[in-house]
Amino acid sequence: MMLSCRETTRLVSQGLDRELAFGERVLVRVHLAYCLGCRRARRQMRFLRRAVRALSART
Amino acid sequence: MPPPADFRSQIEALRPYLLRFATLQLRDAAAAEDAVQEALLAALAGEAGFAGRANLRTWLTGILKHKIVDAVRRQAREPALPPETEDGLPDFDALFETNGHWAERPAPWGDPDGALEQQQFFRALEMCLERLPARTAQAFMMREHLGLDTPEICKELEVTPTHCWVMLYRARMTLRECLQQTWFGKQ
Repeated sequence: MMLSCRETTRLVSQGLDRELAFGERVLVRVHLAYCLGCRRARRQMRFLRRAVRALSART
Repeated sequence: MPPPADFRSQIEALRPYLLRFATLQLRDAAAAEDAVQEALLAALAGEAGFAGRANLRTWLTGILKHKIVDAVRRQAREPALPPETEDGLPDFDALFETNGHWAERPAPWGDPDGALEQQQFFRALEMCLERLPARTAQAFMMREHLGLDTPEICKELEVTPTHCWVMLYRARMTLRECLQQTWFGKQ
């Protein structure tokens, strides 16, 4: 089974909120290996977390 | 015994910071004022709890977080709160083709951490947050700003975990898109 970009980004987002099941992690990893767009989306979602934390750290 | 004046003035000096923090989260000036006021009163009453701790701001922020969660809980119970609409959220059908692949592949963001050094960037981020629908923004901010976990957020907002994840996913995808348009696409 192959994930679409829509499904992959949904799981990448959930991976920031819960621990993904082993099968989900494998499917995401396979998709990311060949999909530049989803790798960027993952990096950017992780960056959002850092940015929002930095938002409250500032005076 | 009333708290010494210097403790009180130190706390007062942090009010603007706390107000900003609460406003980001609650999106309602009056509710934010109330939460900060409650937090400051609790801090003055509990000065002993601060004794020996390193950072007054961190301690106050911790108290304020609880007050914010109380406020969110009250808002969630308000029957007047309009049901969440899809306004302001990207049309997911436009982001992806019918087969689920990107309609337009996300562009690289260059040096995003460099943006964290820039005041202007945070202004753009706040504008993007303000554009999110209220409940979606609240779920996102509870997760990323207050650092609550999803079971807590679901409980406070009275939604199912699945709905919670959907809101967080939408928030992230919308913010990505918004920052692409208002910041990274312009660099």
